[in-house]
Amino acid sequence: MTNAKLMQGNEACTLGALAAGLDFFAGYPITPSTEIAELCAEELPKIGGRFIQMEDEIGSIAAIIGASLTGRKVMTATSGPGFSLMQENLGYAGIAEVPIVIVNVQRVGPSTGQPTSPSQGDVMQSRWGTHGDHPVVVLAPGNVKECYELTFKAFNIAEQYRVPVIVLMDEVIGHMREKVILPDIATLRIVNRKEPETPAGYLPYEADDDGGVPLMARFGQGYRFHVTGLFHDDTGFPSNKSDITNRFTRRLLRKVEKAEPAIREYFTESTDDCDILVVAFGSSAMSSLSAVRKARASGIKAGLFRPKTIWPFPEDSFKELAAKAKRVIVPEMNLGQLVLEIERLVGCKAPVERLSKVNGELFKPEEILSRIMGGAK
Amino acid sequence: MRTEFRLSGSGGQGLLLAGIVLAEAAILEDKNAVQTQSYGPEARGGASKAEVIISEEDIDYPKATDPDFLLALTAESYKTFGALMGKGIIIVDSSVALNPEIKARTISAPILKAAAEDIGKRVVANIVALGVLAGISGIVAEKTLELAVKNRVPKGTEELNLSALHKGFELAAAVGARQAD
Repeated sequence: MTNAKLMQGNEACTLGALAAGLDFFAGYPITPSTEIAELCAEELPKIGGRFIQMEDEIGSIAAIIGASLTGRKVMTATSGPGFSLMQENLGYAGIAEVPIVIVNVQRVGPSTGQPTSPSQGDVMQSRWGTHGDHPVVVLAPGNVKECYELTFKAFNIAEQYRVPVIVLMDEVIGHMREKVILPDIATLRIVNRKEPETPAGYLPYEADDDGGVPLMARFGQGYRFHVTGLFHDDTGFPSNKSDITNRFTRRLLRKVEKAEPAIREYFTESTDDCDILVVAFGSSAMSSLSAVRKARASGIKAGLFRPKTIWPFPEDSFKELAAKAKRVIVPEMNLGQLVLEIERLVGCKAPVERLSKVNGELFKPEEILSRIMGGAK
Repeated sequence: MRTEFRLSGSGGQGLLLAGIVLAEAAILEDKNAVQTQSYGPEARGGASKAEVIISEEDIDYPKATDPDFLLALTAESYKTFGALMGKGIIIVDSSVALNPEIKARTISAPILKAAAEDIGKRVVANIVALGVLAGISGIVAEKTLELAVKNRVPKGTEELNLSALHKGFELAAAVGARQAD
């Protein structure tokens, strides 16, 4: 008998967070993410952590930002409507460089949309939902085990680079139960934010211009510093100076750009010799994988590229594969979001075909297979 | 080989739990299993569906495409999902009137009645149904399902649920005997 367990995506996500050191969760339960809040409410008190059900999602993200500033490892979980409410403070976490993890289990939108149906309509929102040039990392699990692994990784990235990290799931991935064998916790490497050694001379936003990450002190440990959503200098106090504004904006974005090769992750199948490259993430990639295998079984040279890091996108790895493809097909449960990034990366080298599904149902493999075979567009 | 199950009925009938137990039993037998669900915004009363895929191999696509077995506990679910059935077998509660336009092979079993009258608790209809489904499909051993049921049901209800499970297997055997005649 193995230690295999039937586990739900939302459950695996929560366990990954706990393995990474989650000790503060604030949230407002919303379908299809509710199980994450439920499990956090059950588990966090047992380890001396805190769970707070907030009045709404604005309060939820504000609470985790505050808790993170005191040294906690924090997370909130939501779906589209709540994620919309979080956008303002997502920008705040970006500019104030506060490590936070937000799980967005996507459902059909806009607005309250369809609570119990899957969608992938928040791809662009996860990157550009808040205003201004801002740093953000978005990870997209493609199965239950990855909900664990990528949520764990989300904490490490948030801590190492002091950026908000979004785990972008969807109703299928979040609610699906699958046989999972979790990694041995002892083998996992936990990353913690770098802290200053002494309050003497501490400058909370002092960092190397080339994507440096400032040392992060804990509020309540004898450090006195200012945190603001305004542009600020090394002291943390607001500044309007143009050279500071310029350097600061560039450093914030450079952090993620510089991190990309280290955090990059993707899955491929049958891409070595493929003519037709299918690019999909999350649950659409499950249908795509099945379609690619069916195509191969009938002698069609199809392959799958599934990004796990979607912002920043694993550009170099993808471009290499795309350079050999004769056609690129992008199935997604929206009217065309990730495909815009793919079109940009492929350029005019091969036709990039959109395959959209917005009826609140997961793609059937046959729908993707039919497009691979050159069927109706 | 990939075997697909679709369990359908009304929200609150516990079909999701039945699906989870079936998937867990398969895992106990070292098979792969994936369980998904689909339901409306209402917690009780709306149409509800759980799907379980069981396979010795890797399961890439998590939903049922051409179910091998459909369980339907309500007239609505029988009508909706029965019409989509191809190669598979429909197991429908005997309270539901059969529709001659639904051509798939159909087995009618008194699941709700057995739960209410033989076991005396309507709430265990899901576990009776699970026994029927497992008995007819032969997908997992009865002993394995017993363990899976005990692992999942609320403490203190194990015996009740096990008798429901055994009742389900009995119904399946009776149906099998009728088919053989």
